[in-house]
Amino acid sequence: MRGRMGALARHALLLALAALYLYPVALMVVGSLKPDALVLPELATWRGLFPREVSLQNYRDVFERVDFLRFLGNSAWIAGATVVLGLAVNAPAGYALARLRWRARRRVLAFALALLVIPFEAVAVPLFFQVSWLGWRDTYTAQIVPFAANAFSIYLLYSFFLDLPRSLEEAARVDGAGPLRTFLLVALPNARPALATCAVLTFLTQWGSFLWPLMVTSGERVRPLPVALAAFHTLPPLAWGDILAFAVMMVAPVVALFVLFQRWFVVGAAYTGPRSGQSRGAAQRPQEGRPDDV
Amino acid sequence: MPATAERTEARAAWLLSAPALLGLALFLALPFALAVALSFTNLQLGSPLPLELVGLEQYARVLADARFRQALGNNLVFAAVVVPVQTACALGLALLLHGRLRGRALYRAAFFLPVVFPLALVAVLWVLLYAPGPGGPVNRALALLTLGHWTPRDFLHDPAWALPAIMVTSIWQGVGFQMVILLAGLQGIPRHLYEAAALDGAGRWARFRHVTLPGLRNPLVFTALVTTILAFRLFDQVRIMTRGGPAGATATVVHEIFEAAYVRAQAARASAMTVVFFLIVLAVTLLQRRLAAHRRWAG
Repeated sequence: MRGRMGALARHALLLALAALYLYPVALMVVGSLKPDALVLPELATWRGLFPREVSLQNYRDVFERVDFLRFLGNSAWIAGATVVLGLAVNAPAGYALARLRWRARRRVLAFALALLVIPFEAVAVPLFFQVSWLGWRDTYTAQIVPFAANAFSIYLLYSFFLDLPRSLEEAARVDGAGPLRTFLLVALPNARPALATCAVLTFLTQWGSFLWPLMVTSGERVRPLPVALAAFHTLPPLAWGDILAFAVMMVAPVVALFVLFQRWFVVGAAYTGPRSGQSRGAAQRPQEGRPDDV
Repeated sequence: MPATAERTEARAAWLLSAPALLGLALFLALPFALAVALSFTNLQLGSPLPLELVGLEQYARVLADARFRQALGNNLVFAAVVVPVQTACALGLALLLHGRLRGRALYRAAFFLPVVFPLALVAVLWVLLYAPGPGGPVNRALALLTLGHWTPRDFLHDPAWALPAIMVTSIWQGVGFQMVILLAGLQGIPRHLYEAAALDGAGRWARFRHVTLPGLRNPLVFTALVTTILAFRLFDQVRIMTRGGPAGATATVVHEIFEAAYVRAQAARASAMTVVFFLIVLAVTLLQRRLAAHRRWAG
């Protein structure tokens, strides 16, 4: 597609596709602002996108009908705590595996990599028994602690530390810093791209998590947003305006993060590339934390 | 290196990795071992029967269970449709976005946006889009496309349409993820290969066939198999949109595991299903490793 006409045609096609693609999202946002009784009848008409009147009544209704702030707080606490705890345990492990010399290194690495193939659904049921036995049902703990240590995060950080130039750490060593100090003061501050990628991936996974909280929460006290939305969507009376308002408020934080940190979201997606390949630097992997023009 | 320094380093390594290793052992390795162990027992919570080893009996029951076989079949059909369609759409989008293009970041963000949406939200949103009657957006769109020859239907309660409806939802949510990876792959193909092909007189199609596709081999294998694994992990959309119905038309393996463990308290049965599920995912992963091992395109 060379030349101006080619470029124009390409933009026209892309704009049409993007509009079609985002149409459901637009319906969601507009529907949340419309009088509830009009959402369904006008849905597929042009009034679905260009409403006669706009109000925040549905948002008020959500707060009146359910304890939305509790669910929001639960999700924020669960996702935030998992991110912080996850970085705190996975980054040191990745560093030890990449940089330190110890006899069990290869075996430990093999153990962590082998666990990469186990999807969460393959442990959900026995983990549920374990958590019940520990008395963790209906707690935040059950939704945070099991997800802190993460084989994929360890692998990602391990690869990153492996590729980091050694010169800085060696300078610190020469100055007499031990391995712990070197990790904390030299390696960790340089690992921000990998830490950001892990943080984004963990946050997204936890924010959207549905199966596990569905199993371990029974009341509203520690219930996160996705489970709360599923319950709200079947809560009579059926009011689509309210449901859409709930959905918009639930997704707004992730969309805001996405707009602010788009680069890390995209790297995160592309980074899942080497997931199960042992050889690093494959074609699937983008350059270190440097996606094209974001 | 002196022996003391070596010991300090080894101690530091254990100290640094211990919390993560403990977490992985307790919350991933142990439950997985537990699933395998339980699958050989008759454990049913609340049952008066004494716990005993029953060998492969649970597996025999699971594989003979018509509902589980239907679920497995649904996952296979889902994968067989979603993987090629989603990959083709993602490749098309990636090719459209590749090369000199103003505003690429914006377009890419638009197609990537649903990837960051929680699946539960995507499911609820599409329940609305599939609203029955002529006023439902999907029904309306199909009526427009067929010039009025479309009879409105209740997609999610129609045995023939429920699974395809969930497929469309999943493709909409997931295509941006594949697109981003394929786009990164396209950008990694050396430009001189295209120039060499052009010098040899290769046309657009020949260049696509002989430069682009081989160059995208690894990203394509990767995205296709990740999507296959996701197809077998299908749960959230099914739980919210159809609960596996109507008449099992959208039952999936993970949904069956959930129902067996959580609703029917059949711990051992659910464990056997879990192991079967894991073996499928493992097979797909091993296939990916084998296919990706033949790399070394273009030197």
